[in-house]
Amino acid sequence: MKARVTITLKNGVLDPQGKAIQSALTGLGVNGIEDVRQGKIIELDLTENDEAAARAIVEDVCKRVLANPVMENYAIEMIA
Amino acid sequence: MKSAVVVFPASNCDRDVAVALQQATGQKPQMIWHQDTSIPDVDLIVLPGGFSHGDYLRAGAMAARAPIMEAVRAHGERGTLILGICNGFQILTEAELLPGALLRNQDLDFVCRTVTLSVASSASPFTSAFQPGQLIDFPVAHHDGNYFADEDTLKRLEDGNRIAFKYVDNPNGSVRDIAGILSENGRILGLMPHPERVISPLLGGMDGAAFFDGIFAAAA
Repeated sequence: MKARVTITLKNGVLDPQGKAIQSALTGLGVNGIEDVRQGKIIELDLTENDEAAARAIVEDVCKRVLANPVMENYAIEMIA
Repeated sequence: MKSAVVVFPASNCDRDVAVALQQATGQKPQMIWHQDTSIPDVDLIVLPGGFSHGDYLRAGAMAARAPIMEAVRAHGERGTLILGICNGFQILTEAELLPGALLRNQDLDFVCRTVTLSVASSASPFTSAFQPGQLIDFPVAHHDGNYFADEDTLKRLEDGNRIAFKYVDNPNGSVRDIAGILSENGRILGLMPHPERVISPLLGGMDGAAFFDGIFAAAA
Protein backbone atom coordinates (compact mmCIF):
# COMPACT_ATOMS: atom_id res chain seq x y z
CA MET A 1 0.00 0.00 0.00
CA LYS A 2 1.26 3.47 -0.81
CA ALA A 3 0.31 6.69 0.91
CA ARG A 4 0.83 10.28 -0.05
CA VAL A 5 0.91 12.85 2.73
CA THR A 6 0.45 16.51 1.83
CA ILE A 7 1.69 18.94 4.46
CA THR A 8 0.65 22.58 4.37
CA LEU A 9 1.03 25.52 6.71
CA LYS A 10 -2.06 26.30 8.75
CA ASN A 11 -4.18 29.27 7.84
CA GLY A 12 -2.84 32.32 9.61
CA VAL A 13 0.74 31.01 9.68
CA LEU A 14 2.88 33.34 7.60
CA ASP A 15 4.36 31.57 4.56
CA PRO A 16 7.32 33.70 3.45
CA GLN A 17 8.31 31.15 0.79
CA GLY A 18 4.82 31.31 -0.70
CA LYS A 19 5.08 35.11 -0.69
CA ALA A 20 8.47 34.95 -2.43
CA ILE A 21 7.04 32.64 -5.11
CA GLN A 22 4.10 35.00 -5.58
CA SER A 23 6.38 38.00 -6.02
CA ALA A 24 8.47 36.02 -8.55
CA LEU A 25 5.28 35.28 -10.51
CA THR A 26 4.33 38.94 -10.44
CA GLY A 27 7.85 39.74 -11.63
CA LEU A 28 7.34 37.38 -14.59
CA GLY A 29 4.25 39.35 -15.55
CA VAL A 30 1.80 36.60 -14.53
CA ASN A 31 -1.47 38.23 -13.48
CA GLY A 32 -4.47 36.91 -11.61
CA ILE A 33 -2.74 34.93 -8.84
CA GLU A 34 -4.02 36.27 -5.56
CA ASP A 35 -2.06 34.13 -3.13
CA VAL A 36 0.55 31.35 -3.09
CA ARG A 37 0.98 28.83 -0.28
CA GLN A 38 3.66 26.16 -0.47
CA GLY A 39 4.05 22.87 1.36
CA LYS A 40 5.53 19.43 0.92
CA ILE A 41 4.53 15.96 -0.19
CA ILE A 42 5.87 12.82 1.48
CA GLU A 43 5.26 9.41 -0.14
CA LEU A 44 5.31 6.31 2.03
CA ASP A 45 5.54 2.74 0.77
CA LEU A 46 3.99 0.41 3.35
CA THR A 47 4.18 -3.36 3.68
CA GLU A 48 0.66 -3.31 5.17
CA ASN A 49 -1.93 -4.15 2.49
CA ASP A 50 -5.10 -3.48 4.45
CA GLU A 51 -6.14 0.10 3.69
CA ALA A 52 -7.59 0.91 7.10
CA ALA A 53 -4.59 -0.52 8.93
CA ALA A 54 -2.15 1.26 6.60
CA ARG A 55 -3.99 4.54 7.04
CA ALA A 56 -3.79 4.15 10.83
CA ILE A 57 0.01 3.77 10.59
CA VAL A 58 0.31 6.84 8.38
CA GLU A 59 -1.97 8.84 10.66
CA ASP A 60 0.25 7.89 13.60
CA VAL A 61 3.51 8.93 11.93
CA CYS A 62 1.94 12.18 10.72
CA LYS A 63 1.11 13.05 14.32
CA ARG A 64 4.44 11.90 15.73
CA VAL A 65 6.93 13.13 13.14
CA LEU A 66 5.82 14.20 9.68
CA ALA A 67 3.77 17.26 10.61
CA ASN A 68 4.18 19.79 13.40
CA PRO A 69 0.66 20.48 14.68
CA VAL A 70 1.68 23.94 15.91
CA MET A 71 2.07 25.21 12.37
CA GLU A 72 1.08 22.52 9.88
CA ASN A 73 -1.95 20.57 8.62
CA TYR A 74 -1.69 17.25 6.85
CA ALA A 75 -3.88 15.30 4.44
CA ILE A 76 -3.47 11.59 3.75
CA GLU A 77 -4.25 9.97 0.42
CA MET A 78 -4.06 6.17 0.15
CA ILE A 79 -2.90 4.86 -3.21
CA ALA A 80 -3.35 1.16 -3.99
CA MET B 1 28.21 22.95 38.74
CA LYS B 2 28.16 19.83 36.56
CA SER B 3 26.97 20.17 33.02
CA ALA B 4 26.48 18.15 29.85
CA VAL B 5 26.29 19.11 26.18
CA VAL B 6 24.30 16.89 23.82
CA VAL B 7 25.97 16.53 20.43
CA PHE B 8 23.88 15.77 17.35
CA PRO B 9 25.15 15.14 13.81
CA ALA B 10 25.81 18.67 12.44
CA SER B 11 25.71 20.41 15.78
CA ASN B 12 28.33 23.12 15.30
CA CYS B 13 28.26 25.22 18.48
CA ASP B 14 28.83 22.31 20.86
CA ARG B 15 32.51 23.03 21.43
CA ASP B 16 31.93 26.79 21.76
CA VAL B 17 29.35 26.25 24.48
CA ALA B 18 31.67 23.73 26.18
CA VAL B 19 34.33 26.47 26.41
CA ALA B 20 31.74 28.92 27.79
CA LEU B 21 30.63 26.38 30.42
CA GLN B 22 34.18 25.58 31.44
CA GLN B 23 34.96 29.28 31.77
CA ALA B 24 31.89 29.86 33.97
CA THR B 25 32.03 26.72 36.11
CA GLY B 26 35.69 25.70 36.12
CA GLN B 27 34.64 22.22 35.02
CA LYS B 28 34.54 20.65 31.58
CA PRO B 29 31.04 19.59 30.57
CA GLN B 30 30.43 16.00 29.53
CA MET B 31 29.80 15.67 25.82
CA ILE B 32 26.91 13.25 25.19
CA TRP B 33 26.30 11.71 21.76
CA HIS B 34 22.72 11.76 20.47
CA GLN B 35 22.61 7.97 20.13
CA ASP B 36 23.30 7.53 23.84
CA THR B 37 20.36 6.79 26.06
CA SER B 38 21.41 8.24 29.42
CA ILE B 39 22.84 11.45 30.84
CA PRO B 40 24.72 11.36 34.16
CA ASP B 41 23.71 13.40 37.15
CA VAL B 42 24.28 17.03 36.11
CA ASP B 43 22.86 20.44 37.04
CA LEU B 44 22.57 21.71 33.46
CA ILE B 45 22.05 20.11 30.04
CA VAL B 46 22.72 22.18 26.92
CA LEU B 47 21.32 21.46 23.47
CA PRO B 48 23.73 23.43 21.27
CA GLY B 49 23.33 25.39 18.06
CA GLY B 50 23.94 23.99 14.63
CA PHE B 51 22.01 22.33 11.84
CA SER B 52 21.31 18.90 13.28
CA HIS B 53 20.49 16.36 10.55
CA GLY B 54 20.76 19.12 7.97
CA ASP B 55 17.45 20.67 9.13
CA TYR B 56 15.73 17.84 7.21
CA LEU B 57 11.92 17.77 7.42
CA ARG B 58 11.92 20.75 9.84
CA ALA B 59 14.73 22.34 11.84
CA GLY B 60 15.21 20.19 14.95
CA ALA B 61 12.58 17.61 13.94
CA MET B 62 14.96 14.67 13.58
CA ALA B 63 17.04 15.53 16.64
CA ALA B 64 13.92 15.86 18.79
CA ARG B 65 13.27 12.16 18.14
CA ALA B 66 16.86 11.00 18.83
CA PRO B 67 17.42 8.28 21.47
CA ILE B 68 19.02 10.75 23.91
CA MET B 69 15.89 12.89 24.08
CA GLU B 70 14.09 10.48 26.43
CA ALA B 71 16.94 11.05 28.90
CA VAL B 72 16.67 14.83 28.37
CA ARG B 73 12.92 14.62 29.02
CA ALA B 74 13.46 12.56 32.19
CA HIS B 75 16.02 15.11 33.46
CA GLY B 76 13.52 17.88 32.71
CA GLU B 77 10.90 16.14 34.83
CA ARG B 78 13.40 15.97 37.69
CA GLY B 79 14.06 19.70 37.38
CA THR B 80 17.52 19.61 35.81
CA LEU B 81 18.18 22.92 34.04
CA ILE B 82 17.93 22.57 30.26
CA LEU B 83 19.20 25.23 27.89
CA GLY B 84 18.56 25.13 24.13
CA ILE B 85 20.47 27.62 22.01
CA CYS B 86 19.39 28.28 18.40
CA ASN B 87 19.02 24.77 16.92
CA GLY B 88 18.70 23.61 20.53
CA PHE B 89 15.65 25.90 20.92
CA GLN B 90 14.18 24.42 17.72
CA ILE B 91 14.77 20.92 19.10
CA LEU B 92 13.06 21.81 22.42
CA THR B 93 9.93 23.04 20.61
CA GLU B 94 9.91 20.01 18.31
CA ALA B 95 10.19 17.78 21.40
CA GLU B 96 7.31 19.77 22.95
CA LEU B 97 9.43 20.61 25.98
CA LEU B 98 8.69 24.24 25.08
CA PRO B 99 5.54 25.50 23.31
CA GLY B 100 5.33 27.04 19.84
CA ALA B 101 7.54 26.62 16.79
CA LEU B 102 10.36 28.37 14.91
CA LEU B 103 9.35 29.21 11.34
CA ARG B 104 11.38 30.42 8.38
CA ASN B 105 12.52 34.03 8.92
CA GLN B 106 9.92 36.50 7.70
CA ASP B 107 12.19 38.04 5.04
CA LEU B 108 13.61 34.62 4.04
CA ASP B 109 17.13 35.86 4.84
CA PHE B 110 19.65 33.99 6.93
CA VAL B 111 20.35 36.61 9.61
CA CYS B 112 23.84 36.66 11.07
CA ARG B 113 24.62 39.68 13.22
CA THR B 114 24.70 40.92 16.78
CA VAL B 115 21.29 41.96 18.09
CA THR B 116 20.22 43.78 21.22
CA LEU B 117 17.90 41.91 23.55
CA SER B 118 15.75 43.21 26.36
CA VAL B 119 15.55 40.95 29.40
CA ALA B 120 11.80 40.39 29.72
CA SER B 121 11.88 38.10 32.76
CA SER B 122 14.57 37.83 35.38
CA ALA B 123 12.53 35.27 37.33
CA SER B 124 14.45 32.16 36.30
CA PRO B 125 17.83 30.57 37.07
CA PHE B 126 18.87 31.53 33.53
CA THR B 127 18.07 35.22 33.82
CA SER B 128 18.32 36.09 37.51
CA ALA B 129 21.70 37.78 36.96
CA PHE B 130 19.95 40.45 34.85
CA GLN B 131 17.50 43.20 35.71
CA PRO B 132 14.12 43.25 33.93
CA GLY B 133 14.44 45.59 30.96
CA GLN B 134 18.23 45.34 30.91
CA LEU B 135 19.70 45.47 27.39
CA ILE B 136 22.28 42.88 26.35
CA ASP B 137 23.95 42.08 23.05
CA PHE B 138 24.08 38.50 21.70
CA PRO B 139 24.76 37.43 18.10
CA VAL B 140 22.11 35.58 16.08
CA ALA B 141 22.80 33.25 13.15
CA HIS B 142 19.72 31.48 11.86
CA HIS B 143 17.32 30.90 8.98
CA ASP B 144 14.41 29.55 11.02
CA GLY B 145 14.14 31.81 14.05
CA ASN B 146 10.69 33.27 13.52
CA TYR B 147 8.95 32.29 16.75
CA PHE B 148 5.29 31.42 16.34
CA ALA B 149 2.61 30.33 18.78
CA ASP B 150 -1.16 30.71 18.89
CA GLU B 151 -2.78 33.49 20.93
CA ASP B 152 -3.70 31.19 23.83
CA THR B 153 -0.10 30.03 24.15
CA LEU B 154 1.22 33.60 23.93
CA LYS B 155 -1.15 34.66 26.69
CA ARG B 156 0.01 31.77 28.87
CA LEU B 157 3.65 32.78 28.25
CA GLU B 158 2.94 36.42 29.07
CA ASP B 159 0.78 35.72 32.12
CA GLY B 160 3.37 33.26 33.47
CA ASN B 161 6.26 35.72 32.97
CA ARG B 162 7.79 33.10 30.67
CA ILE B 163 9.14 35.34 27.91
CA ALA B 164 12.83 35.52 28.86
CA PHE B 165 14.24 37.77 26.12
CA LYS B 166 12.77 40.06 23.47
CA TYR B 167 14.44 41.57 20.41
CA VAL B 168 14.73 45.33 20.53
CA ASP B 169 14.84 45.38 16.71
CA ASN B 170 13.13 42.19 15.52
CA PRO B 171 15.41 40.46 12.95
CA ASN B 172 13.16 37.56 11.90
CA GLY B 173 9.46 38.35 12.35
CA SER B 174 9.03 36.55 15.67
CA VAL B 175 5.62 37.14 17.20
CA ARG B 176 5.77 39.69 20.08
CA ASP B 177 9.52 40.11 19.32
CA ILE B 178 10.19 36.89 21.25
CA ALA B 179 13.84 35.77 21.30
CA GLY B 180 13.64 33.23 24.14
CA ILE B 181 11.04 31.53 26.31
CA LEU B 182 10.92 29.56 29.55
CA SER B 183 9.07 26.41 30.56
CA GLU B 184 6.27 26.69 33.09
CA ASN B 185 8.63 25.92 36.00
CA GLY B 186 11.33 28.27 34.62
CA ARG B 187 13.93 25.49 34.42
CA ILE B 188 14.00 25.07 30.63
CA LEU B 189 15.11 27.99 28.44
CA GLY B 190 15.17 28.12 24.67
CA LEU B 191 16.61 31.13 22.85
CA MET B 192 17.68 31.83 19.28
CA PRO B 193 20.67 34.16 20.04
CA HIS B 194 24.08 32.73 20.94
CA PRO B 195 25.39 33.72 24.41
CA GLU B 196 28.38 31.37 23.96
CA ARG B 197 29.70 33.65 21.21
CA VAL B 198 30.20 36.63 23.52
CA ILE B 199 32.24 35.32 26.43
CA SER B 200 35.42 37.33 25.88
CA PRO B 201 36.35 40.82 24.72
CA LEU B 202 38.29 39.04 21.96
CA LEU B 203 34.97 37.76 20.64
CA GLY B 204 33.37 41.20 20.79
CA GLY B 205 31.54 41.10 24.09
CA MET B 206 31.07 39.75 27.59
CA ASP B 207 27.27 39.63 27.90
CA GLY B 208 27.32 35.87 27.27
CA ALA B 209 29.86 35.38 30.06
CA ALA B 210 27.47 37.23 32.41
CA PHE B 211 24.69 34.90 31.24
CA PHE B 212 26.65 31.70 32.00
CA ASP B 213 28.05 33.13 35.25
CA GLY B 214 24.46 33.89 36.27
CA ILE B 215 23.32 30.30 35.64
CA PHE B 216 26.29 29.04 37.65
CA ALA B 217 25.47 31.39 40.55
CA ALA B 218 21.79 30.40 40.49
CA ALA B 219 22.56 26.68 40.38
CA ALA B 220 25.22 26.81 43.10
